[in-house]
Amino acid sequence: MSDPASSTPSLRTPLYAEHLAAGARMVDFAGWSMPVNYGSQIEEHHAVRRDAGMFDVSHMLALDLEGFDATAWLRVLLANDVARLARSGVPGKALYSCMLRDDGGVIDDLIVYRFDDAHYRIVVNAGTAAKDVAWMRRHIAERGLNASLLERRDLAMIAVQGPKAQARTWQALPDLKSGSETLAPFSGAKIGDVFIARTGYTGEEGFELTLPAARASEVWRMLTAAGVKPCGLGARDTLRLEAGMNLYGQDMDEAVSPLDAGLAWTVDFSDAGRIFSGRAALNAHPARHCLLGLILEERGVLRAHMPVFAAAGTGETTSGSFSPTLEKSIAFARLPLHAAPGETVEVEIRGKRLLARTVKMPFVRHGKALV
Amino acid sequence: MSQVPAELKYTPSHEWVRFEADGLVTVGVTDHAQQSLGDIVFLELPEAGRVLAAEEACAVIESVKAASDIYAPLAGEVLAVNQTVLDAPESVNADAYAAWLFKLRPTGVTPQLLDAAAYQTAIAEE
Repeated sequence: MSDPASSTPSLRTPLYAEHLAAGARMVDFAGWSMPVNYGSQIEEHHAVRRDAGMFDVSHMLALDLEGFDATAWLRVLLANDVARLARSGVPGKALYSCMLRDDGGVIDDLIVYRFDDAHYRIVVNAGTAAKDVAWMRRHIAERGLNASLLERRDLAMIAVQGPKAQARTWQALPDLKSGSETLAPFSGAKIGDVFIARTGYTGEEGFELTLPAARASEVWRMLTAAGVKPCGLGARDTLRLEAGMNLYGQDMDEAVSPLDAGLAWTVDFSDAGRIFSGRAALNAHPARHCLLGLILEERGVLRAHMPVFAAAGTGETTSGSFSPTLEKSIAFARLPLHAAPGETVEVEIRGKRLLARTVKMPFVRHGKALV
Repeated sequence: MSQVPAELKYTPSHEWVRFEADGLVTVGVTDHAQQSLGDIVFLELPEAGRVLAAEEACAVIESVKAASDIYAPLAGEVLAVNQTVLDAPESVNADAYAAWLFKLRPTGVTPQLLDAAAYQTAIAEE
């Protein structure tokens, strides 16, 4: 077989020593040394679907945005409309959005939490963090806005996910319970030095905890003692695939419009007066593709960039792997706009065409297969 | 630590090779390989009767993480493939040396293979 990948990672999260102590296999991810698994990726995947698992996501960057112009600026910066957050009436409400180039390409996808109209927390991907911050700072400077952006590399982030994630988090960290048991879905709250949010990237219930880096190891150990299983990037990928959640750099990037990447639901055109970055380009170039799920009906494993032959025309997979929950291979496929769920298509794997079925995503939600 | 049984031969591309008393050669992937790959979910093995050149990519092993080629350690004709591992790819994770992949009848000169000590050194340097 060919050489298993090895590389020289550079950056370490505050939990690096915990990963080594737990027997993690470390890999380089976007310049960070991260755990890919702690033994079995499939067992970690099942732990999240059936009980509770946790991920070190400290490589992602938290940004604090502050200033009188914060809300007005975010309404221009982001394709989704942060005005929804105030309207929701939910404190700490989160919004998923793309940040677009003027030509409509996706610079990054991110989560933004609103504390009030002058205070937001933004979380961006690790691999895009530097260019995101540069884009944001240039945007602010060019407009002379009253808005400051603070990079919070002093924080660590732990995502606890699974049907028992909340109960086990409260068992490990009882001080968080009263302030988080009434949290609405997709919202967060500051409790002491911890920001706890009911968000995640797995299709399960759970929390994402943002806390001072100095406390990360202690909290990780308390969660471990409460029965939360450490999970690596491998399981994170198969979980988000089953949950039908896009991965930046794979399912969309600067060359892809969000309308062609299954992300039209995150682009808010409803306020005609809101001229967000990329809006003109999206108006000029309507969607040409849709993103559908694929389930391989034969033996094999779907991966990214395999050609797909559908009745509506050809397309390609953007992500693919083996689904531990379905025990079949699944993928995301970018197909011509008229392709629909329930069709049989062919996928070319190493020169052979295998049959697959198109489905509406997600594949799995809250532990249950939906396809 | 991965296991490297002393009685086997190895390739730098992480196949193990056992020379059987009947002249056949049994091939699998090493414990180090299965650990690096992670959970194995699919195998594509050569058909019986296929004649392989040494170092020919002849099989594919797929983990949840990635697909990797398996190379013929020496030239030969495929006499048997292990149906059990095709049906249960995870058996390679459970015991990489019990889960053989295919058996060859050598057809050429046996190339230089690594002994256990040399393979151990090779994987330590990765």
